[in-house]
Amino acid sequence: MPDVKMTVNGQEVSGSIESRTLLVDFIRYDLNLTGTHVGCDTGQCGACSIHVDGKLVKSCTMFALEANNCAVSTIEGQANDDGSLNKIQKAFKENHGLQCGFCTPGMVMAAADLLKTNSKPTELEIREHLEGNICRCTGYHNIVKAILAASGQDISRIPVG
Amino acid sequence: MYNFEFKQPKTISEALAALKSDEAQILAGGQTLIPTMKQRLASPSSLVSLSAISEIKGICKNDDGSISIGGGTTHTDVATNSNIFPGLVTLAENIGDAAVRNRGTIGGSLANNDPAACYPAAALSTGATIITNAREISAHDFFLGMFETALDEGEIILSVRFPLPLLSAYQKFIQPASRFAIVGVFLSKFDDETRVAVTGASEGGVYRWNEAEVALTEDFSEGSITDLAIDHEGMITDIHASKEYRAHLIRVMTKRAVRMAC
Repeated sequence: MPDVKMTVNGQEVSGSIESRTLLVDFIRYDLNLTGTHVGCDTGQCGACSIHVDGKLVKSCTMFALEANNCAVSTIEGQANDDGSLNKIQKAFKENHGLQCGFCTPGMVMAAADLLKTNSKPTELEIREHLEGNICRCTGYHNIVKAILAASGQDISRIPVG
Repeated sequence: MYNFEFKQPKTISEALAALKSDEAQILAGGQTLIPTMKQRLASPSSLVSLSAISEIKGICKNDDGSISIGGGTTHTDVATNSNIFPGLVTLAENIGDAAVRNRGTIGGSLANNDPAACYPAAALSTGATIITNAREISAHDFFLGMFETALDEGEIILSVRFPLPLLSAYQKFIQPASRFAIVGVFLSKFDDETRVAVTGASEGGVYRWNEAEVALTEDFSEGSITDLAIDHEGMITDIHASKEYRAHLIRVMTKRAVRMAC
């Protein structure tokens, strides 16, 4: 079986895998990092969103071998160095930005991707950036509010969702 | 999905050699092919990824003003490049979602020729040229119908050359789940003519709306296409939109494109 190596959340990892192994399956089953979820497995829902070489991707629609020698970030690498929640995670918690929590890892990764290039996004820009992330609890309002809060913007005028 | 042999060549010549094996398939961004393989609608024995071939990535402006986009360039890179004209920026930044745009490529989109894909409309409307390892193919000769193109087995799209229109716009009536076009219209205005390409509507894939081109070449205004008849025969009917509705949307999207281009 082909060999693959990459860094995941700063740590070098490697394995021998079948070519058909999806990146999300390598992360979940070979690395036991189960924070990255599989929702639809068709590239629609975004629960498996991670960063590869700094770019937001759906890890169910990419082969692990395509990430050979790449730098991968998952939800497990998002907390601050001391283990406390980062500003996006904290804002999701404080603004009830999650209900069942299944979509949350993907939502946080998509939000982090947006804030990297757009430090003060508008509500519309946030909603557009989350087009590939589906919340089946339909809790979008508070997710958007959490991302506004994470970017340091005033959310006091936004009604409670 | 069934297993396969994975190859990731670094040059076009290595890729062409790898594609000579039986049932080898090109893997571009994978945003269509991987879901298709999961459904076992495709089961290639080997996949030749183009992702490590740097010579087919990137965008440059040519001396004659045209724009060349490498076949392996992602939608994100097209949407954020300052050399790209307005209609093509709108098109690229509205394909799929942010994650899909980071993987999907222009070459993959054109080679797949999905009847509801966006890029075929831009290529046909602007009169682009598709450059492969073997030849140059004009967009007029490239699209042969639903999921059919002039590409031979194992032929690789190296780049696409777009003439620079004076004005351009793309308008898409979106299918909100798939984010493909129910109807998409790409409008390009050149010195001597205006060209209108329609995607998403026809069972034959992307096509040019000739009557609107004549009308808009004479009078570049929304009013010039108000009374043109649009035959709904041969249009797509599905759960999202009937052929009559698609025919109606073609005019609406074209008018919006005229307004946006001005």
